[in-house]
Amino acid sequence: MSDHEYVPSSKFGKWFNDRLPLLSLASHLTDYPTPKNLNYWWTFGGILTFCLITQIVTGLTLAMHYIAHADMAFESVEHIMRDVNYGWLIRYIHANGASMFFLAVYIHIFRSLFYGSYKSPREIIWIIGIIIYLLMMAAAFMGYVLPWGQMSFWGATVITNLFSAIPLVGEGIVNWLWGGYSVDNPTLTRFFTLHYLIPFLILGLVVLHIWALHIPGNNNPIGIDVKKPSKDTVPFHPYIVIKDAFALLMFTIVFAFFVFYSPNILGHADNYIEANPLVTPAHIVPEWYLLPFYAILRSVPDKLLGVVAMLSAILILAALPWLDTSKIRSAVFRPLYKQFYWILVADVLILGYVGAMPAEGLYLLIARVATAYYFVHFLFILPILGFKEKTIPVPLSITEPVLGGMPNLATVKQKESLKK
Amino acid sequence: MKNFIKSFFIVTFLLCTSAQVIAAEKVELLKTDWSFKGLLGKFDRGSLQRGYQVYTEVCSSCHSMKYLSYRNLGEKGGPEFSEAEVKAIAASFEVTDGPNADGEMFERPGKLSDKFVKPYDNVKAAQAANGGAYPPDMSVLAKARSGGVDYIYSLLQGYEGIPSGMILDEGVHYNKYMYGNKIKMASPLSDGIVEYGDGTEATVEQMSKDITTFLMWAAEPHLESRHQMGFKAIIYLIILTILVYFSMKKIWSRVESEV
Repeated sequence: MSDHEYVPSSKFGKWFNDRLPLLSLASHLTDYPTPKNLNYWWTFGGILTFCLITQIVTGLTLAMHYIAHADMAFESVEHIMRDVNYGWLIRYIHANGASMFFLAVYIHIFRSLFYGSYKSPREIIWIIGIIIYLLMMAAAFMGYVLPWGQMSFWGATVITNLFSAIPLVGEGIVNWLWGGYSVDNPTLTRFFTLHYLIPFLILGLVVLHIWALHIPGNNNPIGIDVKKPSKDTVPFHPYIVIKDAFALLMFTIVFAFFVFYSPNILGHADNYIEANPLVTPAHIVPEWYLLPFYAILRSVPDKLLGVVAMLSAILILAALPWLDTSKIRSAVFRPLYKQFYWILVADVLILGYVGAMPAEGLYLLIARVATAYYFVHFLFILPILGFKEKTIPVPLSITEPVLGGMPNLATVKQKESLKK
Repeated sequence: MKNFIKSFFIVTFLLCTSAQVIAAEKVELLKTDWSFKGLLGKFDRGSLQRGYQVYTEVCSSCHSMKYLSYRNLGEKGGPEFSEAEVKAIAASFEVTDGPNADGEMFERPGKLSDKFVKPYDNVKAAQAANGGAYPPDMSVLAKARSGGVDYIYSLLQGYEGIPSGMILDEGVHYNKYMYGNKIKMASPLSDGIVEYGDGTEATVEQMSKDITTFLMWAAEPHLESRHQMGFKAIIYLIILTILVYFSMKKIWSRVESEV
C-alpha cells in the first residue's frame, strides 16, 4: 500500500472517489512499489491473468455455438470447426489455451517453491493459489469432457469412478455425480454448467490472490523484506507493466505456434472419435498437465489409498509454509535446498512421463519410487533441512550489496564456483 | 552432494531410456512428402480432386463422411471444384427428403447444401453388411488416429502376406500397420482400380497419397487459412515483441538496475 493518500485533481473525480474509491484503487495499482530485482520468473502472474481472460472470452464464444447434449455435442464441435466463422481459431485457442494456462501455472508454482514465496507473511496468497490450481484442474477436466469424444467419455468415467473408493457412500456419490448409472447426458449437462461456473470462481479468487499479494508486496529473488517505497522498489507502472508485456508477448509467440501449427499435438487422437460407451480405448490417458497425479494414483495398488495419495499430493502443498522450517526464503542462499529443489523438479517430470505410459513393469516401479520421493521431499527433507542446512549470509537490502560492498549475487556465485 | 545429484540424474535418465527401448516395438510408418506440412503448407489441389475420386469410387461404398456437405468441395482451401462441377457432383446423388405435403418421404437429386450421402442408414446396418465391423466415419479420421496421415497412408499399403504361424479368422486380413495387425477391411486399393481424369497413373501408392490428402482436408477444411493466418500473426508478434523490448530497455535505463 502506498503511504500517501491519493487526491483526484478534478472536482468530479473527488466527488466520485469519495463515494467509490476506484481512482484510489487505480492509483494504488499504478504506484504499487515492486522490488526492482524481479526476474522473468515473476512475469507469469501477469501471463496467467492473460490466460484466464483468454479462456473466458473464447469460452463464452464457444458456448454460443456448442450444444451440451450427448447426441449433439460432438457434432456441434465439428460445426464450430467447419461452419462457424473462425470457429476453428476460437476452439484451438481455447483448447491449447488450457495447456498454456497449466504450463504457466506450473512455472508460477515452481518459481514460488524456488524463491520461498509461500513463506510468512505470504501463506494466504499461497493457499488461495493452491485453491485456484485445484479449481483449474476441475475446470480443465470438465472442459475435456465437453467435446464428447472417446477420451472425454472414458476420462470422465475413470475420474468420477475414483469417488467410488470412498467406503460405504462411494457408489452413491458416483451415481449422484453422474445423475444416473453411467456417464451420460445428465453428466454432460452438469459438467458444462460447472465448466462455465468455475472460471468465474477462479476470477474472484484471483482478485483475492492479488489483494493478498498487495498487503506484504512481492517477494523477490533475494527473498528479503524490502522497504516500500524505497531505493529497492520501482512503481508498478511503467516498469513492471512493460516488462510483463514483453514476457507476455514472448509467451504468446509460443502459444501461437501451438494454435496455428500443432493445434492437436497436446490432445489425444481418440478424442476425435465420438464417445461410445461400448468401446473402451486401449489406453485411457488424461491431459498432460494431470499426468504426475495420475502416476501417483496408479502407483498405489489399493484404490482408496491411491485416491488418498493423489489428493494428498496436491493438498500437501497447502501445508508447505509450515513444512518448510527454514527462515531463509530464497534458494539462492540455501545451497542444499537448491539441490533438493531440482531433484523435485526432475521427480515431477518423471512422474508425468510414467503417467503417460502403461502402468506395468518398469514404469510402475519408477512411478512408485518417484511417488515415494515426492512425499519424502515435503514430509521429511523440507522440515529437517530447515534445521540442518548451513545457509549463505543474506544481504540486508537489494541495493546494499552493491553500495555497501556486501557480497552480491554475482560475487557469491563466483566464489561458489571457485570453491569447486 | 554434487555427485549424488549427478548420479540421481544419470540413473533416472537410464531408467527412462531403457523404458523407451522397451516401448519402442512399434513399426515404423511409411513417410511421404505432404504438401500441407510446414509454415505455409497448402493442399495439392490436384491430389485433393483425385482423392475425392478415390473416396467416391472406392471408400464411399462403406465409409460415410457425415460432417461434409457437397458445397465444401467448391470452397476455398479445398478441392476447389468449379461451381458447375460441384452442382453436378451433388446432383449425381439421390437424397431422401421430406416429408412432403402428403406426408411421404421422397427422393430427389442432391443439392449443394446436402451432407454427403451415407452408404448405410445406421451403424447397425453398416455392421451387418461388414461382418460385424463398423467402417468408421471418415470426416475427422485423419485426426482420430495416432500417427495421423502417415498412419492412414501406411495402412492402405500395409496389406502383406500373413506371417507364418499366424492364423486369421475368415473375413479378417493381415495389415502390418493396424493395431494388433488384424483388420476386417480387405485391401481397398489395387493398381488401376480408378482411372484418373488428369492422366496420373493410379498406383496404390499414388491413390494412398491422394485419398489421405483428401481425408486431411476433410478433417481440417481450414488448414490453409490457419497456416496463412499463423504466419502473419507470428511475424506481427515478433515485430511487436522487439519494439516492446526496446521500450522496456529505455524505460528501465532510468533505474540503475539490470532488466
